[in-house]
This record gives sequence, C-alpha cells and structure tokens, in this order.
Amino acid sequence: MDISAFVLFWAAIFTSNILLTNFLGMCSYLSVSREIESSAGLGVAVIFVLTVTSALNWLVYNYILLPFDIVYLQYIVFIIVIAAFVQFLELLIERYAPALYYTLGIFLPLITVNCAIFGVSLFMIIRNYNFLQSIAFGAGSGIGWLLAIMMLAGIRRKLKEKMVPQGLQGAGISLIITGIMAMGFVGFSGIVQIQ
Amino acid sequence: MMITRILTDVALMSAIGGILALIMVIAQRWLSNYGEVSININGKRELKVTGGNTLLSTLSDQQIFIPSACGGRGSCGACKCKVESGGGPLLPTERPLLTKEEMASNVRLACQVKVKSDIHIHIPESIFNIRRFNSVVEEIIDYTYDIKGITFKLIEGQSIDFKAGQYVQLESQPYEKIKDKVIRAYSISSKPELKDRIQLIIRQVPDGICTTWVHKHVKVGDKVNFTGPYGDFYLRDTEADILFVAGGSGKAPIKSILEHLKEVGTERRMTYFFGARTRKDLYLSEEMQAFEKVFTQFEYVPVLSHPETEDNWTGKTGFVMPYFKDAIRDPKNTEAYLCGSPGMISAVTKSLKEYGIYEDKIYYDSFG
Repeated sequence: MDISAFVLFWAAIFTSNILLTNFLGMCSYLSVSREIESSAGLGVAVIFVLTVTSALNWLVYNYILLPFDIVYLQYIVFIIVIAAFVQFLELLIERYAPALYYTLGIFLPLITVNCAIFGVSLFMIIRNYNFLQSIAFGAGSGIGWLLAIMMLAGIRRKLKEKMVPQGLQGAGISLIITGIMAMGFVGFSGIVQIQ
Repeated sequence: MMITRILTDVALMSAIGGILALIMVIAQRWLSNYGEVSININGKRELKVTGGNTLLSTLSDQQIFIPSACGGRGSCGACKCKVESGGGPLLPTERPLLTKEEMASNVRLACQVKVKSDIHIHIPESIFNIRRFNSVVEEIIDYTYDIKGITFKLIEGQSIDFKAGQYVQLESQPYEKIKDKVIRAYSISSKPELKDRIQLIIRQVPDGICTTWVHKHVKVGDKVNFTGPYGDFYLRDTEADILFVAGGSGKAPIKSILEHLKEVGTERRMTYFFGARTRKDLYLSEEMQAFEKVFTQFEYVPVLSHPETEDNWTGKTGFVMPYFKDAIRDPKNTEAYLCGSPGMISAVTKSLKEYGIYEDKIYYDSFG
C-alpha cells in the first residue's frame, strides 16, 4: 500500500477511527466510559498495547508465519502474542504503578479480548502495510480509540445530571451517542481514504 | 508429505507458544519478585518476610492477626492500621472506607496494601493476643430451620481468653464448586469462663459461601480452624442500665454476655429485645426467660414482625423500636448493645439517639 506512515497515523485517528468507523473495541468502550479517569487510563494502555502488538505481530507475520508458510495460523498466533503481551504489561503496571493497576483493575485483562487490538493486526496484514506503516497505524488507532472513549466519558458525565428515559439508561443511550458521534466522524472520511 | 506438513506446523505453533510462555515465566520471576523485605511493627518488632503479598496475609503468615470481617475483599474496613512508611500510594479501593482524618494520619487497609519494600506500621498491642486455634466440632444444634449452634472444642491443650461479646474468624474449607478457603467473622455465644471450647450461632445465608459450608458440610468430629478474639463489642464494666437489642443470629454475643453476668453476678437493670419474623424464627426462648429468675432486674422481650395466624402470638408485634420507650428510664445512664443486620443496627441506633441515649454508649459490631 503506497501511503505515507504520517498520513496513515492521522487517518487512523480521524478518518478511519477504529471505534467510530469500524466499531471495534466496543465492550470495554461501553463499560469503562463511566468515569473519565479510568477511560483515560485504559485509553493510554490501549495506545501502548496497540502500538507494540502491531509491531510485534508484523515481525511475527513477516519473519515466522510467511517464511514457514503457516499464514493460516495467523489468527491464533496474533491472539496469543497479544495475550502474552497484555499479561506482561499487567505485571509491569502492578510493579511500577499500583494506583493505575487498581483503577484499571478488572479492565486490564479486557484489553486481551479488545477486538480493536486484534482488528488492527489483521488490517495491517490485509492492507499490506510495511513495518513503519504498521506502527503508525497501530499508534493512530490507539489514539483514535482514546479519543472516542474520552468523548463518550465526557458526555456520560454530563448525562448523569440529565433525565434519560428509563429504557434508554446505561448502554442504550451510550450506543445512540456513539452512533451520532460516528456520523460526525463520517464527515472526515472524504479527506483521506485508507480502506 | 501431508504428515510432515502437519508435524512441522504443530512443532512451529508449539515453539511460538513455548517461547512466549518462557518469556512470561522469566517476567514473572523478575517483576513479581520483591525479595526479602522487613516489616517494622510499632518500632519494636522487626519481621523479615517475602514481599509481594498483601500486608494482611503477610502478617497472618507471621501469626499476627489483624481483624478482617470480610476476609480481605476491601468491603468491611476492619483491617485498618497505620502505615508510617513504605505502603505506597493510597489506592482507590481504600478511599471509600477511610475518613479524611484517617487518610491524613496514614491509616490504610491492611488487605489492600501490598508489601513491596521495607514497611513501618503501627498496630494496637492487643492484636498480639489474637491467635490461631485448631478445634474439633463437638456438637451441632438446630436452633431453628436456618440457625445452628456449633460448639468447637480446642485441641492440643489450647485455651482461649476473650471478653464476652467478642468475635472470632472462622476459616471455611473448600467444598463442591468453592475452590478457596474463605474467612468470615462470627460472635462467640458461649461464656468466657469456658476456655477450652467456644460456641458460635450461625444463620444460613442463601448462597453464602461460609454459612452454606457450616450448614451443609460440617459434621461432628471435623477439624476447623479459627483466629481471634477480635472486636470492641464487649460488656463495659459500669453500673449503667443495659438495653440489649438483637435479631436473627445476633443472639450469640448477648448470650455470652448474659451467661458471663450469671457467673459474676450483677444488680444492673437489663432489658433484652429480640426481633424475629415469625414464631419459627425464635430460639433459646426458655434459656433467655430463665435469666429473668437469675437476675434481679432482667426482662426478655421477643418481638415478632410478621407473626402468622397459626403462631397464636400474644406477645409484642411490629418493630422493636416503639417498645424501647418503657424500657429506658434514664437515657443518660443507659448503655445499648446491638447485634444484627446492618439495616437493623442503623434503624435502632437512630431510634436510640432520639430517645436520648448517648451515641458513644451504643455498641455494635459492623461485619461488612
């Protein structure tokens, strides 16, 4: 794919936001967005995990899966690489940032099964990105995810003082808001096309 | 050809998995290894321990038992202790259970603080009295359809010293789908004069891990461990009038206090309100009524909130609170001892304050 890593980085944040255009990573997006602090913490963790796992998975794909002709195992290999890395990150955070560890608490393992992480690894293979493009795409997607969850957390904080019809409270109204935000992001999509 | 393909692919896949697992094991060794650290207690004792666990469990491995009613889930706040240094930042899980003053004076929850470096703590000297006891189940009595009285006989010549009203923490064993031990607090219902055995009164909580274990799995002759004694809920040695208020299995500590008073004798004026739903929730009624003959001024008042028609109940009904009026003669000189559900405790405390009883004369345990 002939597109500069720099453009790809910005495109991943705005025009092809992983959450608002591909709707990946919804579970933790909906459950953690209740509080701005935890959203920011999880968002930063996602940026970090996405950037590193897309690099790792690119290396694994090009230097192990392709040469040994076991591309058909990419799904399972990508997932165990992601799982191992998140586990590693969990140990690291517990050791060096206990307060962050307790804020993220049960959500950290959620990153393992965050579809956005797996999705980015697959997109970079399907779209044939080179190493630099993959890292830029991973980092951009992470920042885009952080942006989306922070926006929702901000809106939900305002929403706490508002009257929401009973049947729409919680996930219902969050999904409607997400839909409206997604429509806003469609406005950016004409600027760059990456998919 | 096909078979070599399968074999190499399997080998490759295993190699990838194996390498990742190896990295994880090394990371675990390196990151979760805090080495040997020291715990300095009250500036007097110095313990050398392996780091990495919570303060609560590290201390209990060293036979120092900080009270913990919820068993380390961070919901009861009983394991508060002062951490002077080395405790790390205050965690979000601790905030809801600490007051501003406590936060300012370095009070932490021992079940949340992890021992990762040399740590300096302050705990009351009385905690050193707390020990771990081994016992054998001697007797199980069915008091009602959901309340049992269980007597534990201490083994290996151990004896327990406690004040009437204090509690112990029972360790349940794994059963069926429950894989882990749990630790729960129960008040001692036998008198402190009995030093070689204790009785606990335990009500079956639907889906309760420990109470189900006690009700469905514990048999006479089983070995059971507990630690104790804990708690500030014990009879104050004054001449004031006493109001006991209990519900459900809350009879336990009050039974202990009354039996203790029978041993030592008292002239204090006492009224005991026991709240239950129906007649089948009442138990030990004869024993309690018998105390009316033992003491000069004692009255036992059972109150049913939902008596059924076949109960033929002629006693008091509804909530216990309205009946305090006749029992309280001198509110400024009355102590209240409460034991029951958190809902009952808060309702009764509110009512007693309205009757003019001092808040610091109202005693109760709050099991989280």
